[in-house]
Order: sequence, then C-alpha cells, then structure tokens
Amino acid sequence: MKYTEDHEWLRVDGDVVVVGITAHASEQLGDVVFVELPEPGTAVSTGDEICVIESVKAASDIRAPLDGEIVEVNGDLADNPGMVNEDPTGKAWFFKMKVADLSALDAMMDEAAYNEMIG
Amino acid sequence: MADLKRTVLYDLHIALGGKMVPFAGYEMPVQYPMGVLKEHLHTRAQAGLFDVSHMGQVILRPKSGDAADAARAFEALMPVDVLGLAEGRQRYGLFTNEAGGILDDLMFANRGDHLFVVVNAGCQDQDIAHMRAHLSDACVVEEITDRALVALQGPAAEAALARLVPGAAEMTFMQVAILDWQGVDLWISRSGYTGEDGYEISVPDAQARAFCEALLAMEEVAPIGLGARDSLRLEAGMCLYGHDIDTTTSPVEGNLGWAIQKARRAGGAREGGFPGAARILRELAEGPARRRVGLKPEGRAPMREGTQVFAAAEGGAPIGAITSGGFGPSIEGPMAMAYLPATLAEGATVYGDVRGKRLPATIVPMPFLPNRFKR
Repeated sequence: MKYTEDHEWLRVDGDVVVVGITAHASEQLGDVVFVELPEPGTAVSTGDEICVIESVKAASDIRAPLDGEIVEVNGDLADNPGMVNEDPTGKAWFFKMKVADLSALDAMMDEAAYNEMIG
Repeated sequence: MADLKRTVLYDLHIALGGKMVPFAGYEMPVQYPMGVLKEHLHTRAQAGLFDVSHMGQVILRPKSGDAADAARAFEALMPVDVLGLAEGRQRYGLFTNEAGGILDDLMFANRGDHLFVVVNAGCQDQDIAHMRAHLSDACVVEEITDRALVALQGPAAEAALARLVPGAAEMTFMQVAILDWQGVDLWISRSGYTGEDGYEISVPDAQARAFCEALLAMEEVAPIGLGARDSLRLEAGMCLYGHDIDTTTSPVEGNLGWAIQKARRAGGAREGGFPGAARILRELAEGPARRRVGLKPEGRAPMREGTQVFAAAEGGAPIGAITSGGFGPSIEGPMAMAYLPATLAEGATVYGDVRGKRLPATIVPMPFLPNRFKR
C-alpha cells in the first residue's frame, strides 16, 4: 500500500490502481453521509478534485493521486457512505484507475512514512 | 485556545474524551468518542446529556417586589406576552431592535417573585447590557455566574432524571420548578433544543460534575456534543441565532409569528409597544416578502449554510440562501433552512447550487421530524 499527503491510499491490482482514504482521514472527517464519485472513463490529472466526501461536519475532496483514467467506481459507497468509516481501507475503496506510469507509485510514502507524517 | 473560556464541566469533557473546539468564546465538546451520528441517534432513542453552561443565565428581580413590574418592563423589549405567563411556566422570547430585526432569542420563566432568563452564549454580554440599559428602573438584572446549565434530552430523560429527582416526572412541557437533589436546589425546566422530551437543569457549579456523573452512570444516558446538538435542533426545525435569525431578519420573516401572542398583536390588550413594532405588526397583517422555510434536497447531497438558491435549474439570479443545512441522521437524508420569497408555497421545487451544480430541493413544512414534547 502507498499513501499520499492528502491521506489517500493506493493499492496496485493487476494493471489498475485502487484508491481510497486512510483510516486516519476517515476518523478526522467523522461520520460520512454522502459520497460523489466520478464517471468511469473520465481522464484525470494529478491533483484534480474528482470525488466529494461529505461528513456530518463538512465537505471535502479526493484528488486524483496520479495522471490516468477512471475505470471503475465503487457504487456501493453512494448507497452506504458509512462504509468509509467502517472499513476505509477495504470495502470502502473509491475508484480504480489506469495510470500512465505505474513507477510513479515508487516515489510515494509507504506505511511507515505515512504513519510518521500523521504522527 | 488561550483566550477561550471554559465551563465548570471542562475537566469532565476531557475525561470523557470530548473533542474540544472554540464555540461562542468557549472551549466546548463538538463530539465524544461515540461520534456525531451515533450521539444524535442515541439522543432520539434514549437520553443525551449536553453541557450548555456557556449560555447566559439571568434573574430579573423587580425593585417594587411585584413581579408584574418586571414582566411589564421586560415586555417592552419583546413582541411577546410576558405579563400573561403563569407562575411556574416558561416561554420563548425574542429581543428585537427598532428596525424589527432580532437581537437574540431566549427562554424566560415566571418564578413567582422574579423572572429567570436564559440567553445565547454569543449574545450574553450584549443582552445583559441591553437589559441593564432598559430594565434598571424596574428590575435588578442579576447575572448568574455560579451555576452550570445542562440539558438532558430524549425519550429516557424522564426516567433518568426522576431517579435523582422524583418530582421531575410530574412536570409538563415548558413547566419550571426548583427541586431538591441531595440538598441542592436544581432549577429545572421541561424543555430543550432537540425536539425530544427532556429537561434543562441549572445546577450550582460546585455540584455540577457530581450531578452529571450521577446521570452518566445510568445506562441510557450518554454525553452529547455540539455536533449532534446542531443536527438534532435542525431536524426539529429550531433556529440557531446568528445563522437562521439575526438583526437582518424579523420574527415574521423568521417564521416565528407563533412566538408573538395575541396580547401584543393588532387589537390585543397590549398591542405593540416593543422595538420594531411598526414593521413587525405590518408583516403580521400583510405577510412578509420573504420567509424562513424548510428545504428537503433530493438525493443525498447536503446543502450547507451559504448555498445559493435559485427558482430554476438554469439562469436567473439567486432568490435566497440556505442559513443552516446538513444531514439528518434520523430522517436519513439532507435537510436545510432557507429564506425564500413568501410567494413560494410548500411543495414548490427550488434549486440549490452545490459545487456549481443546481440540485433540486422541495419546500417542506418543519419540523423535519415530528417533535415529542411532553405536553
């Protein structure tokens, strides 16, 4: 698993990257009540705001962690946003994307580095 | 958070794992480890305990010794029937300004030889100055600084409080009483800010923590933070001062005409005679141009405070804005309050601009969830 400074996790699954938010992020957000996902087929650039997460407290975004194309989104999240709090690194993945360059993941934080960042 | 004040229950909040945030000049718990959503649902299912000690508690004591003199003076500040309030009863009130705007909303009780008033935390300094400036001929305005204020809300509130204070069970909605707990006077009202049955209890600082711990030791009682307090009051259709009502909104625009009793209206025994009477009586007679309404957004996306509202899915200028909005855990969907043209009827569809997209919402009656007061 790799991590971004925006508290996303990335897991390589064959030729796609699965993306979600970390347990730390889900705790900070509080109870998630609404998730808006991108359309599959959308081309994205690193940093694009592509998902919206609304908790009982506020709205926040998920940014595209890499350049690529969204190939699949987790439709279950729209019906059951609370999954983000219950199983943030498992069932509550947000989207799968095909990335131009998988080696870009190498520069990202591993779990130890991420844990150090969040203290 | 160096400049922030703390309530006497601060140490208890920390011991309970409360997440402290700045609110109205105080460090207050926004949530406990249970989290906002579960705290909200717990309050609706059982009983929630809230620290509201940041609110201002004031006694108006008549200099003449005749409570009617205090009531008469207090009435001159509000479009509300104070003289007609029976002893042992509480009522909702509003301070208005000369332009008919709302300076604050409050609760006041007739306690026989004096009035007891509870005002919003963020407005208390200004409210006390306002009362001293206008009531000092008739009353001594006593700020109560040695008592905490807590709310116990939910269907199990009666059973829980009655274990400590048996007389609380006999009280009805908006009744007040001074009841004994272990030799201490508790100032109790059967009221609250959640739409549930429940109580608001003023307890001396010295006994506040022990009283709260006695309640929290009961299985059905959990501590509840400001986050759930906000979603509970919004489902109940209740206003938050500074958001849903303020100096730019009149009581009639704020859909608070119910708080203006017959005695103060045109043709009433004590018609007018409060700040802003000309505008407020006119709006009662002719209807206001805009009014606070409930909105039920379609889908799940919450429409937050500040969201611009439009009459159509495309084009046109905004017709109003959302003043409170969020997700209602008990109604399992988004809800909001907005000021919209009074010509729009319940059932009409309007559109909220959420991140650049206009999403439909229906004008609905409030409360969003039926209240369960013990009448």
